[in-house]
Order: sequence, then C-alpha cells, then structure tokens
Amino acid sequence: MGVIVELDRVTVAYRTVTVLEDVSLKVSRGNFLAVIGPNGAGKTTLLKVILGLVRPVEGTVRVFGRDPRDLGAERRAIGYVPQTATVDRHFPLRVADVVMMGRYRRIGLVRRPSAADREAARRAMERTGVAHLANSPLGRLSGGQRQRVFLARALACEPELLILDEPAAGVDVPATESLYELLRDLHKDGLTTLLVSHDVGVVAAFVDGVVCLNRRLVAHGRPEEVLGSEELAQMYGCAAVFFHHGRAPHMVVARDECWS
Amino acid sequence: MLELIGHTFMQRALLAGTLVGILCAVVGVYVVLNGLSFMGAGIGHASFGGVALGFLLGINPLLTAVVFCLGTAWGVGLVTRKTSLREDTAIGIFFACTMALGILFLGLMPGYGVDLFGYLFGSILAVTRQDLWLALLLTPAVLAVVALFYKELLFVSFDPEMARVAGLPVDRLHSLLLVLVALTVVGAIKIVGIVLVSALIVAPAAAARQLTEDFHRMMWLAPSIGAASTLAGLLLSCWLDTASGATIVLVATAFFAVAAALRRGILPTG
Repeated sequence: MGVIVELDRVTVAYRTVTVLEDVSLKVSRGNFLAVIGPNGAGKTTLLKVILGLVRPVEGTVRVFGRDPRDLGAERRAIGYVPQTATVDRHFPLRVADVVMMGRYRRIGLVRRPSAADREAARRAMERTGVAHLANSPLGRLSGGQRQRVFLARALACEPELLILDEPAAGVDVPATESLYELLRDLHKDGLTTLLVSHDVGVVAAFVDGVVCLNRRLVAHGRPEEVLGSEELAQMYGCAAVFFHHGRAPHMVVARDECWS
Repeated sequence: MLELIGHTFMQRALLAGTLVGILCAVVGVYVVLNGLSFMGAGIGHASFGGVALGFLLGINPLLTAVVFCLGTAWGVGLVTRKTSLREDTAIGIFFACTMALGILFLGLMPGYGVDLFGYLFGSILAVTRQDLWLALLLTPAVLAVVALFYKELLFVSFDPEMARVAGLPVDRLHSLLLVLVALTVVGAIKIVGIVLVSALIVAPAAAARQLTEDFHRMMWLAPSIGAASTLAGLLLSCWLDTASGATIVLVATAFFAVAAALRRGILPTG
C-alpha cells in the first residue's frame, strides 16, 4: 500500500489571497477519496497542486515520489477529468478523437496513433459505456454522456491514479448515480481515485474516505465519521443534519442562508 | 479572360493565390477554433508598420513585416501576462500603434510609394517572381509544421489545461501557432493586402466549420474553400476589372454565407 500522493503543509496563494493553507494529505494506492467543501474552498486548487499546474508557496508535494511539475514519464499514470464546463463543447471533434487525446502522452510528440492506441481508446470507451457514440460529434452529447467521454479519455492512458473535478456537474440525478457506480467499479478494479465535489451526500455513499476542505483541511476520515462531525457543521457555518437513506448518508442543512 | 490566363503575370498570380489560399485556410482552422480571429486581424495590420519601415529603409518590406508581425504576437502575449488586461485590449493597443508607426514612417519618406497601395489592398499586378517563390517556400513549410504537430496543436486548441496535465509544452505550442499566423500573414499580403488578409484566414475556416463537426474533415474543407476563393476571386477580378484582394475576400465571404445557410436549411443535423 504505497503512498501515491503526499502533500505536506502546503500553502497556496494567488497574489495576496491565500487559497489553501497548511494542508497535509496522503492518498495511498487503492484509496477512493472525495474532497468536499463549499465553493471557493480551494478544492480545484488542491487538484491543480497535485497535477503540477499550481506551485505552492510553502510546503512540499510528492506524486509517485516526485515533484508533480517534474513528473516526466510518470505523468501518463495520472488520468484527469477536468470540470467539463471549462471545455468548449462545440469544438468540432468526434468522441473517438477526444478519447484518443488521452493517449497523446504515450504516443509522444509528432508520432501518429498506432493500432494499439486505437485499441486502448476503444477499450476505454467500452469501459465507460460510450463505445456506441465513437463517431458522434461532441456537441451532440448529453451532460452525462460528455462526462463519460472525458472519463474514457482519462482511462485511455491506463492510469494508476484517477483525478476528477466535480464529475457530476451538469449531469442529471440518475446519470450521476450511474456515473458514481462506474467510478466505484473502476476503484474495485484497483484504480486509486481522488475526486472533488460540493455534492456531499451522494459522494459519501460511494467513497471510502472524505476530506473536508475549507481553505484548511477541516476533517479527514471515513464518510460516516466525517459527515456526522462537528467540524463539518462548523465548516458550513450552520447546523447540518444527516440522515440515512438506504446506505447513503444525506445531509440536510437547517437554513437556506447557511449555503450563501 | 482566356487571353489573360496566357500572361505570365496572371499565371504567377493564380499559382501564388492558390497556395496562399490553402495556407491561410489551414492556419485559419486553428485561428477560428482558438478564438484568435482578432489576433489574426491585429497581426495582419501590424504588418503595415513593417512594410512602411521596409520602404523607408530601402529593404524588402516583407522582411520588416515579419518582424512587426512576430513582435506584435509576442508583445500582445507579454502585455496580457504582465497586466491584468484581457488579450483583446492588448491587441487593440498594438493594432493602432503599429498602424500609427506605419503612417509615421510613410511621412518620413520623400514622395511616398505608389507600391504601397499593392501592399495595403493586394494587387495581382504586384505579385513578383520573388513573391511566388515566397509562396512556394512558405506554404509547404507551414503545412509541414502543421502536419508534424497536428495532434498537439489540436489538443492545445481544444483543451489547453488537459494538454498541460498530459505534459505538452502548451505555451510553446501557442507561440508556435502565433508564429505560423505571422508567417501566413506575410505570405498573403501581396495577394489580398494588409487590410484584408485576416478575412482570408478566417472566412474559409469559418465556412468549413459550418459544414462539419469533424476536425479532420474541416482540415480538408477549409483549404479547398480557401483555394477556390482565391482562384475564383482572381479570375472574377480580371473579368470584372475589380480589385483582386477585395474580390477574393468577397468570394470567401460568399462561401461562408452559403455554408451557414446550408447548415441551417438543407443539413439540419450537420
């Protein structure tokens, strides 16, 4: 059970605004972790630090034992699903082309995709249930389908670590459930997974660890420990009540203004 | 008109025009998909300052134009990074500044150039043997770079953040794209002119975009439309005795209008 990601007392600031403060976190091989927290809590920044896109002002980051900004060939072991809202969904591309992008790092500069690359892309599409859409233009997909395409792109590079930023954004409720079920299956097959969500309740039913972030690391533990905790209630600044619906703990916030 | 085609100057113009039409459209695909149309216009107009400086110094205006185009592309990037201004604001500043420099340089010249008209608005009569050689060298060179970095330029255009995560040199690829735009502008100046060059970059690619949802197909359609626009535009301009650059651009615009109409009417699902 090696440690794949290790953050030690990481602080990140954009100009004068501190976005993350003194965050220490470990992700071990086989974990399925959700980072939750309100908007502006620094969740996406945390992912960007791990991906090597943002450099901390203090503290150290190690991914596969190396500085993420200098990962070299290890980079191909990370699959990333960005927030789809940041991607131009009217870009003239077919699903198979988008998924193939996940292979580019392995293919290398200048070279063309081989039969093995096409095979890997096809397998990734089958795994996420979008193989039948291979020739569809990206612009004609539903939110749930689009998310599965981006997940297939991340899987196409055959990663050891999967990182997802708000995978359920823009996805309707039934599609969200099946998306998380897919992530759980992938995790069962041995994929270490780290995702960010503000959707506290649904996530908790699937993951094996929850990290509460609100600029600082507020709580960290198994879902049932964290979700009932005093810290979480404090983080949202109000009384949060949890109840169990089936196996899934759901959170209800006492007053609407708590979220604002 | 057949007599005209028999003339060497016309053959030269047709060949150079076709090459430049292909070149502009291929680079235009990336320009359109990256939202760099205004950047293209900015770089195009920056060449005016360069051309005027070339005349003033008595050296080949296209050489100084390359310097101005690259300088503008680099300067816009620098200003955008170092200030909190948006890119279009930086382009607006460089656009006006390079044009103003051009006018200043012209004023410093005794009895200023009749030639300049050819650069501003394009003229088939102004296409020299040298210009043809430039098109013959530049077009395959730029196309080779595009072919070489085909998938990388596509990735960076579509999803730069993901491309960075995948370890691609995103900033360098973006710079490469701007260099290609600058070289393309210089290659096309003599055919369509400084004022209209950005239209020849944008219109064929925009027309192609209307006709397909497939990037690879767009990469074939755009240069076909670009070449057809310059060929038809040049021939039409001879036949109707109209300005060549303007006629080419209007033909390309007509292609775009037809493509946009097709997308809405006959091809409801693209």
